[in-house]
Amino acid sequence: MRAVDALMECLKAEGVEVVFGLPGGANLPTYDAFYDAGIRHILVRHEAGGGHAAEGYAKATGKVGVSFGTSGPGATNLITAICDAMMDSVPVVFITGQVRTELIGTDGFQEADILGMTLPIVKHSFMIQHPLEIPRTIHEAFHIARTGRPGPVLVDIPQDLSRADIPYEPVSDVHLPGYQPTTEGNQKQIRLAAKAMANARRPVIYAGGGVVNANAAQELRELALSDRFPVTCTLMGLGAFPAPHEQWLGMLGMHGTRAANYAMDEADLIVGIGVRFDDRVTGKLSEFAPRAKFIHVDVDPAEISKNVPAHIPIVGDAKNVLARLVTEYRALEADRSRLEDWWQRIAGWRAQYPLRYEDTTDNEIRPQFAVQAVFEATGGEAIVTSDVGQHQMWTAQYYDFPEPRRWINSGGLGTMGFGLPAAMGAAVGCPDRTVVCIAGDGSIQMNAQELATCSQNGIPVKVVILNNGYLGMVRQWQELFWDKRYSHVDMGSFPDFVKLAEAHGATGVRLTDKTTLVEDLKHALATEGPVVVDVRVTAEENVYPMIPAGQAARDMVG
Amino acid sequence: MGEPGTKELISLDELEAAGNLRTGRKHILSILVENKPGVLTRVAGLFARRAFNIDTLAVGPTDDETISRITLTLDGAVHPIDQVTKQLHKLVNVLKIRDLEPDETLARELALFKLAVDGAQRTEVLQLCEIFGGRVVDVAKRSLVVELTGSDDKIEAFETLVRPFGLIEMARTGEIAIARGRSET
Repeated sequence: MRAVDALMECLKAEGVEVVFGLPGGANLPTYDAFYDAGIRHILVRHEAGGGHAAEGYAKATGKVGVSFGTSGPGATNLITAICDAMMDSVPVVFITGQVRTELIGTDGFQEADILGMTLPIVKHSFMIQHPLEIPRTIHEAFHIARTGRPGPVLVDIPQDLSRADIPYEPVSDVHLPGYQPTTEGNQKQIRLAAKAMANARRPVIYAGGGVVNANAAQELRELALSDRFPVTCTLMGLGAFPAPHEQWLGMLGMHGTRAANYAMDEADLIVGIGVRFDDRVTGKLSEFAPRAKFIHVDVDPAEISKNVPAHIPIVGDAKNVLARLVTEYRALEADRSRLEDWWQRIAGWRAQYPLRYEDTTDNEIRPQFAVQAVFEATGGEAIVTSDVGQHQMWTAQYYDFPEPRRWINSGGLGTMGFGLPAAMGAAVGCPDRTVVCIAGDGSIQMNAQELATCSQNGIPVKVVILNNGYLGMVRQWQELFWDKRYSHVDMGSFPDFVKLAEAHGATGVRLTDKTTLVEDLKHALATEGPVVVDVRVTAEENVYPMIPAGQAARDMVG
Repeated sequence: MGEPGTKELISLDELEAAGNLRTGRKHILSILVENKPGVLTRVAGLFARRAFNIDTLAVGPTDDETISRITLTLDGAVHPIDQVTKQLHKLVNVLKIRDLEPDETLARELALFKLAVDGAQRTEVLQLCEIFGGRVVDVAKRSLVVELTGSDDKIEAFETLVRPFGLIEMARTGEIAIARGRSET
């Protein structure tokens, strides 16, 4: 059969339900195979949208996302999504068409060295050299994307090779001698960790996206509840521990709660699980958690001691390690009363510094209020995606996520334009759930074209734009740190999002009244098909509290 | 402290952090990789991406034609070696990495020196060659080329000594290395 038909067979064998992509010259053969392969394909309007949609699908379902693009610009348009998937450890297989082998290296039409360009931002990549390699390579790509620390894998297939006639036999194994991720934590280290935890007076569990990726939320909860361990999550980890909860401190980091950041600052033992001590969490590294010893659990050994030296390193899958850590911890029968003082301290911070904003006395809508209204209108039950900026931080602060895979955003790369296509992918992966994209008026414009994809395919995403007419986060920084010199952050009142929605076949609504906001949002959510809600919010509201860049948790402002 | 099988807890004060340390010495990494297109680019690219500085790099075949050996040296005073090796391990085409212990390692480099020497100075240079075990591989009227094999220290010492004679140019391969004794590198 044709190599491209074999490719389709491989996708089916991998259980691929849907592909997000866009055809072009170099992947014409592949698209001919799609014609009757029986695999759902969603035609996106821009490859970046396809890439982020595959990420959203992967994050919502835990399965591997798949995105296709053609050679040259099709492939380069995928680069941001590839890098985003790398930074946030999202399992996505990207399959690009490449020019014919005889044209490679000649600067042929739509030729781009996508393999070379993406080397630093892929977990792994393959350039097909011979059509017979295609089946095994596809399976290896999926295997690498989904196992260990998940990540993006690129497969670049020259057009002529994809048309070749090959004998196809299902491949059931992979041959990757240099790839053996450690998933099982060292028992001795786990025991050591339990003993340190049982002796800690001021412990904090600091959990991240690795817990979500490992489907270890249940185990995390058991560990936390096996004593009264306070828990904080990173932006990527929200939902890994159910919020709200008496042991939940809120998110930590630059826009985290004071309770979480102060607890990290005063902790004597920090148990990091599936985290990478990112600068948005640590602030000034030399003043980060100065009194603490660190237990660090991660499936990627290179993350351990990368930024903060670990006292008890444990390389392994969070689910595996946490389950055994719970058993070890329980066997120690630690004295629960030792944490009494610590909880009193934390209770003091909670009482003194709750998340807060000054609400309006008229009908004007504060952006934080809008997020709370979305929470209320969805009953906290939605999958929520976001773009990047102020609205993202307000959503992280004010929308409580009870479960993992409910909160989908771009953390590491901070990609504006991520939210709508990611919501599209999440909605395709989880058709029974309400999927809301909370966006900014700036970032929604970076991939707004995907509204057409949603309309054409009946993907009912609900986009709530917190419209303040600014690139708000940049404006906030210019206000606070650059003497209010607002340089190129004013977006004006363009475009008209209601008309934009209608032009794309979606429903558009503009909301300006606080008093009816929840009801209006409920109505919008109940409207069939994709809906864009343009919520006009206070223009110059800031995200607080905040650790100014490069400062310590102690220096939080606002 | 905290013996396995006991309930004795661990004093947090006794815990010590490991990793991310600068060793302060030169390291020779012997890296076995799959002999596939682009693998060297991945290794070199990783070094660029992580801002690690390679001092020398040598690549060649091994006894197994599907495997190549990359020998590279870098400064442990500047880079946390364990972070370098852990990042290298993440490359799917990297099969094995060994951070060679200086005392248990044979490291050799080949260098070619082109010197601007004529009649009068030639004898002196030839004497140095003999001491260092070098060979003259080309002689012209006003120059000669010396081939020298040895550790990088030896090659640097020779360079210092012959430079005053007029060093026209020098080419060095970078070190390759293998472990002493029976065990595989």
